[in-house]
Amino acid sequence: MIRFEKRPQPSRALSLATPLLAVLATMIFGGLLFMALGKDPVTSIVTIFWEPLFGEFAFYYRPQLLIKGAPLVLIAIGLSLGFKAGIWNIGAEGQYIIGAIFGAGAGLAFYPAEGWFIFPLMILAGAFGGWIWAMIPGFLKVRFGTNEILVSLMLVYVAEQFLASMSLGLLKNPEGFGFPGSRNLQQYEPAHNAELLAGSGMHWGVVAALIAVIFAYVLLTKHRLGFAIRVTGEAPRAARFSGVSPARLILFCMGLSGLLAGLAGMFEVSGPAGQITIDFNVGYGFTAIIVAFLGRLHPIGILLAGGLMALTYIGGDIAQSNLGLPAAAIQVFQGMLLFFLLAFDILTNYRLRRQHTAETA
Amino acid sequence: MDLSAINPLLFVAGFLVAATPLIFAAIGELVAEKSGVLNLGVEGMMITGAICGFATAVETGSPLLGFAAAAAGGAALSLLFAFLTQVTLANQVASGLALTLFGLGLSALLGQGYVGVKPPRLGDIDFGPLADIPVIGPILFTHDIILYLGIALVAGVWVLLRFTRAGLILRAVGESHNAAHALGYKVRRIRTLAIVFGGACAGLGGAYISLIRVPQWTEGMTAGVGWIALALVVFASWKPWRLLLGAYLFGGITQLQLNLQGAGVAIPVEYLAMSPYLITILVLVILSADKSAAPASLGRNFHASG
Amino acid sequence: MKLSTILTSATLALGLATGAVAQDKTKVGFVYVGPVGDGGWTYEHDQGRLAVEEEFGDKVETVYVENVAEGPDSERVMTQMALDGADLIFTTSFGYMDPTINVAKKFPDVKFEHATGYKRADNVSTYSARFYEGRAIQGLIAGHMTESNIIGYIGSFPIPEVIRGINSAFIHARKVNPDVQFKIVWAYTWFDPAKEADAAKVLIEQGADVVLQHTDSTAPQAAAQEAGNVITFGQASDMAQYGPKPRVSSIIDDWAPYYIERTRAVMDGTWESTDTWDGIGAGMVGIGEISDAVPADVKAEALELKEKIASGEYHPFTGPLNKQDGSEWLADGEVADDGTLAGMNFYVEGLEGTIPQ
Repeated sequence: MIRFEKRPQPSRALSLATPLLAVLATMIFGGLLFMALGKDPVTSIVTIFWEPLFGEFAFYYRPQLLIKGAPLVLIAIGLSLGFKAGIWNIGAEGQYIIGAIFGAGAGLAFYPAEGWFIFPLMILAGAFGGWIWAMIPGFLKVRFGTNEILVSLMLVYVAEQFLASMSLGLLKNPEGFGFPGSRNLQQYEPAHNAELLAGSGMHWGVVAALIAVIFAYVLLTKHRLGFAIRVTGEAPRAARFSGVSPARLILFCMGLSGLLAGLAGMFEVSGPAGQITIDFNVGYGFTAIIVAFLGRLHPIGILLAGGLMALTYIGGDIAQSNLGLPAAAIQVFQGMLLFFLLAFDILTNYRLRRQHTAETA
Repeated sequence: MDLSAINPLLFVAGFLVAATPLIFAAIGELVAEKSGVLNLGVEGMMITGAICGFATAVETGSPLLGFAAAAAGGAALSLLFAFLTQVTLANQVASGLALTLFGLGLSALLGQGYVGVKPPRLGDIDFGPLADIPVIGPILFTHDIILYLGIALVAGVWVLLRFTRAGLILRAVGESHNAAHALGYKVRRIRTLAIVFGGACAGLGGAYISLIRVPQWTEGMTAGVGWIALALVVFASWKPWRLLLGAYLFGGITQLQLNLQGAGVAIPVEYLAMSPYLITILVLVILSADKSAAPASLGRNFHASG
Repeated sequence: MKLSTILTSATLALGLATGAVAQDKTKVGFVYVGPVGDGGWTYEHDQGRLAVEEEFGDKVETVYVENVAEGPDSERVMTQMALDGADLIFTTSFGYMDPTINVAKKFPDVKFEHATGYKRADNVSTYSARFYEGRAIQGLIAGHMTESNIIGYIGSFPIPEVIRGINSAFIHARKVNPDVQFKIVWAYTWFDPAKEADAAKVLIEQGADVVLQHTDSTAPQAAAQEAGNVITFGQASDMAQYGPKPRVSSIIDDWAPYYIERTRAVMDGTWESTDTWDGIGAGMVGIGEISDAVPADVKAEALELKEKIASGEYHPFTGPLNKQDGSEWLADGEVADDGTLAGMNFYVEGLEGTIPQ
């Protein structure tokens, strides 16, 4: 009988090695899947993992990794703080949507005026939108003790309906011949979140994501609040003595994660996406939850996990186009990757032990 | 505007059907959650059940075999989740989301040859004279057997949780896995069973969509029902009968919305579509007075030595 | 813009390097918004792609990416196709409009074709189908066939494309049956088979014995079949498996002729930016076989209308026509201009209810 035994300390070496092991296992099983679909497994894997980074057109894909990865990292950083403290905001998708609507709305309110203040105002509006949307479950939890997982999830659907209403109504482009969707902010200079250096993929959202990573790192290692977050997650009873009230902690974690998700939505709508449409949200809020866990709730880990997810998206699209792999196969492949990453994680905290008695948990 | 166009009997019969996939998925998730496991992969298990059921029904010509295969398919996928969360102790939220992603992809791969195919129909049960009873007849006695199975399942789960020793153990595990373990219960085995039951139910719910309610196969056809089921469990505060009521309410609002539109009532569709979710939040707030509603160990992993 | 120079020089370099190979094979890319297995919109575009492969065989290579979200993802996929040497790229969803224009700017030598949009450039054409022509024929058949005089209509979103279809069907149903009423239900989704089925059932329960749909799944067909004495029309694809009843005819999106013609134009070097809005005449809108469930005289009348529309002799929006509020829209004999049709956001006289905003 083999069983897991908890390590006194998480293994450092393995925490670095397990993600690599997981990627390797995914490559093997993914390769088998691609082979079953009649594709060359090696070419498929190379296309997904190698092509975007070092292939012929890497000069284009590398910046795209930033564009795809930034919202994931930005949202995941916010979520990870709450997750560490046992506060489960899984409604980032909704906060992302509301942030985008508020941000775009603030910008479009001034159309076609010029002014340096418009973009900063949009940032504030986007952050506020995400923050307020997350404060609803936060406040309800503090005041009534309602479960924040469920309230935040419910609010995603409310936000999606609100998005449809906005794209067809208030924010609809008056010059869009009746089609749904707002004006394109890329064509409204003062509201455009343009690349800071053309062709680099660096826009303000990427900058914000990097700042968030550093901020979270400093907060968690150097600040009293970060200490309170860690203690609350590990030993809720002891947390009372850390000097931060649980209610304050909940409001802080929910608010911050909503704020960052709102920012991500705002930077997306004013930059890469350009406009509010019915299908504006593409699931970043949910994917970010996975990214947060893949990154082990550690700021640097999240940065890497966000990059890895972005890589499989971009590589997956290339594989579809170049090799004719169906989108569904890429989805299954991503699912496998997540499974392996999650499953192998146990080796970091537990060790395998052979056991002679039949007693198991 | 012509409200008289709405036939209340057909309206009620309609939302009984609309609610059935929800009932299956939600009752399965309720059992899983009662054992302390939060599985966010309902949507993935439903869609897998939808294609397994559809393919089997088409190949064998038997819708009932299809439903059996759907339950098996959903259960098989849920085993993956059980392995991740019970054996490798992975986080339940992340594992559930990954399961949904995986299930959506897998079902699309499996379903490639079934687009545009018409499945065999499962007829309604013939209740004879019962169906002719005014009002009650057309509402209650004009459906297929799976719909009744759904209601029976709710009753079964209620009995299980309320009156049986197995139910007591399940709840004990969900309330405090450490205490249950100390009493000698095999926490992980019980949770695995609950997860598999949830998977089988979700699979049935998915097949109800692909074989009866729609009936056809298209990628992503469950279109978010699995997520609503998650909401429904909370809405019902983990009580089977309230779950049934909630499913009819959720199903009923969509039906009512479509009915009102058909009758020419100008309604803001988006805002009406929000209402079930807002009502759920409201219910959560009201329920919060009752601290005992949610299983105390929900979402937390158990390790014997931990 | 710096990126454009980099990209252009890169494509040029690639063009030089692989010029010999690129010469004999024309590469055509397709960007799809849904899965090819949706049985509707994307499925029909993919049929068009397969027709291109069949037509040109070895001389052409097609690539596609499915389930591409509108926005930055679509922009990346288009760029990727262009980088990989595509000569012609079809972007098949309205939401790809601005991304298509953006990418086209960076690749002046690659031709782009955007479906259902209104923005063009030197290397960007737009194309769309006059589905309302098919709707006119549906309306005529529906008006004749209905006994309850109630026709149900499932709309997706209240946008000009859908409103145009409703108006066209209504005008021609009223022409043959002055008592006809339309019940319109907005599903607020492009794709949700369960909801479409519900919408169809509700309409049938409220007395409709004809159900028209502007959503792509066969769910309403199945609902009508179960209800019994109800007729429907296939949408996007023929849906022949539901014939001869409830499905009595269909509107088929047939992109194949256009895709073949445009691919040939690229091969011949005669491609030019155009704005194509083709209907029954050019074969972009196909009318599926009218089944035997329709009486012979009605079928003959429908086919006659089809001929007249195809030849251009008759336009489905010909005056006298008033708007819903009774104000005059088209004078006697006047024909609607394409601009008004493209942005249509009003009901014609006789339709009840308001368009949700």
